[in-house]
Amino acid sequence: MTDEKQTGPSRRAFLTGAGAAAAGTLAGRASAQTDPAIAIHPWMQELGDGVDAAPYGMPSPHEADVKRRTVEWLTADPVSSINFTPLHDLDGTITPNGLCFERHHSGVARVDPAQHRLMINGLVDKSLVLTMEDLKRFPRQNHVYFLECAANSGMEWRGSQLNGCQFTHGMIHNVMYTGVPLRLVLEEAGIKPEGKWLLAEGADAAAMTRSIPMEKALDDCLVAFKMNGEALRPEQGYPVRLVVPGWEGNMWVKWLRRLEVGDQPWHHREETSKYTDLMANGVARRFTWEMDAKSVITSPSPQAPITHGPGPTVLTGLAWSGRGTIPRVDVTLDGGITWHQARMDGPSTPKALHRFYYDFEWDGKPLLLQSRAHDSTGYVQPTKNALREIRGENSIYHNNGIQTWAVDADGKAENVEIS
Amino acid sequence: MSRFLKLALLASAMASPLTAEPLGLGRTATTEEIALWDIDVRPDGLGLPEGNGDVMTGDKIYTEKCSACHGVFGEGTGRWPVLAGGQGSLTDARPVKTIGSYWPYLSTVYDYINRAMPFGDAQSLTDDEVYAITAYLLYLNDEVDEEFVLSSGNFAEARLPNDGAFKPDDRSEVEFAAFKEEPCMSDCKPSVEITMRAAVLDVTPEETAAKAAAKAEEAQAAEPTPEAPPAEAPAVEVTEAPAIDPALIKAGEKVFRKCKSCHQIGAKAKNRVGPVLNGIVDGPAGAVKDFRYSKPMAAAAEAGLVWTESELSAFLGNPKGYMKGTKMSFRGVRKEEDIAALIAYLRDASE
Repeated sequence: MTDEKQTGPSRRAFLTGAGAAAAGTLAGRASAQTDPAIAIHPWMQELGDGVDAAPYGMPSPHEADVKRRTVEWLTADPVSSINFTPLHDLDGTITPNGLCFERHHSGVARVDPAQHRLMINGLVDKSLVLTMEDLKRFPRQNHVYFLECAANSGMEWRGSQLNGCQFTHGMIHNVMYTGVPLRLVLEEAGIKPEGKWLLAEGADAAAMTRSIPMEKALDDCLVAFKMNGEALRPEQGYPVRLVVPGWEGNMWVKWLRRLEVGDQPWHHREETSKYTDLMANGVARRFTWEMDAKSVITSPSPQAPITHGPGPTVLTGLAWSGRGTIPRVDVTLDGGITWHQARMDGPSTPKALHRFYYDFEWDGKPLLLQSRAHDSTGYVQPTKNALREIRGENSIYHNNGIQTWAVDADGKAENVEIS
Repeated sequence: MSRFLKLALLASAMASPLTAEPLGLGRTATTEEIALWDIDVRPDGLGLPEGNGDVMTGDKIYTEKCSACHGVFGEGTGRWPVLAGGQGSLTDARPVKTIGSYWPYLSTVYDYINRAMPFGDAQSLTDDEVYAITAYLLYLNDEVDEEFVLSSGNFAEARLPNDGAFKPDDRSEVEFAAFKEEPCMSDCKPSVEITMRAAVLDVTPEETAAKAAAKAEEAQAAEPTPEAPPAEAPAVEVTEAPAIDPALIKAGEKVFRKCKSCHQIGAKAKNRVGPVLNGIVDGPAGAVKDFRYSKPMAAAAEAGLVWTESELSAFLGNPKGYMKGTKMSFRGVRKEEDIAALIAYLRDASE
């Protein structure tokens, strides 16, 4: 809570000061030229577009900079690469569909839903073929979940590298999925008692596969065909994808074409050569599915500097946990000497993004900003160094360490690490 | 059980449409359908087809279809994956994770090649070809000698060196106790210093909001300009050049997706696995600077081959048939109309 900020002497002092400053500004303006924005603009006089000028709406052209961005040097080819959600430009908790980060292994499959089938085979009573129409006749549900790539922040294991939370933390998005509980689809085929694992397979040229333990498959997974109310975007797996709440994004198989029930995991490429966590001693962790509690300050941040000078400032960010909700986030302005509880705001559900705010008075001095998430299991987001002590620096995946932004006296921010 | 509880249970059962009873949706998959799609292979050999392939055959196929990205010796080109070597590097600051150094199971190699390779032409290899390439990769990793033949019979005996160096997720035991302590809130440390700055590395992509804002500020200082309209070709040019059907170009752009993993075209195009294709139509063969052409292509260039529409069509229809030994591992565009569209696109995108 930031109550002391709201009612304490410093807040009152600010109000008095602000009043004086505002009066000064007005006095100054009276002798200066009128604000050129106070004018009769064309949009105040001319008729705007009719209803069908944009049958599928687009953002204002003034928001053209709000877009996904890639880091070209990361991969060999954009067909097997990643771009990042512009977290610094967004607020609330829902990610607009057109800004959900993309990761492909063989490009975006352009699937004709009429030519798409979902096959269920293996240790089942009846091998099934379902059309999209069939799928939409199962009872369906709506859930908001975050989807985070296990490699999110993976470029920061050896130190601060990229200036912008879009690049350090933008392999995440959060949307409302509409879909059929995976359990219902599997029960339609009838799982044999020895069926303990599920292989999910995609219809793209990567034919992505992941092994999922049956417990998870029957618990909260969805076979989803809508995101934020509309059909999945092609880059998000149109016409149908798997939703595996709280678990690493690679398992959320896009363009889902097949589910096979087996008695053992498959140990395919994604769960052996990739998405295993190599520790300092040369031993690797595998099946590290759950995403640990994590948070990031989205503003101020390197791509969203403070431009207004000293005075009332809104600090905001996102927090999430693959294991539940985020009841609390702490923030620090001085690099961790003193921490304050942030104000949680907006809708919050398990395994989804949570928005936090910390409204403070910036005195114009340099800041070292950090946020620290607590999840509903009692887990507290660790520092990057605490993680490195246990995991070394060769891990790539599951870097959920605390992020630091250094804000200078001009309000510019930089990705740094601190003592 | 109280009568009330029984009633409540009964009511909830009746209210719930979700039962384990099947809804009767979908239809039974046929054996043939399952055979076509069910391609996965497990470490215990489940799913492995009958077949075999030897190292020497694998060498030939690998050189033709894989080496352009993965290097002649599996060393990787550009940022494409390294497939061989790296043994003993897993505790280094920069571990090299390859089939030989890191992958636990050979079945993963077979399965992945079979499902996703060659890049951009997935599921085009025969079972025996996949066996042969897998055998060759074992050879590149010094696991077998050049006489080796991999088959469905001996597959289960093959072991990769790093099998056994994996353990299940142990975060709950190793990390959670330390990470569940109530953290410090005030006077947590006496002082704090910056120990590392991202700006020193400066690897962030250029265009960010902050930089764009700075640019916008500069721009605002100058005279306000209307938003630039999308570049339209001046009318003069349209009359000069023969108009190509825009629909054909669009169709060609779609066909070009097959080429994109190796070739780039346009103002910012760079040589990749294949050369830049700007000016390819009616241009001389083997003419792109700094690209290492195959011997036959270099010879054809020497002999004065020009990529006229008819030469290009013949090449695109069957690259290997047209030019034995070309580096282009692409199997060719089957349909005449796709080739015509592709050429129209290549012509258009060069401009």
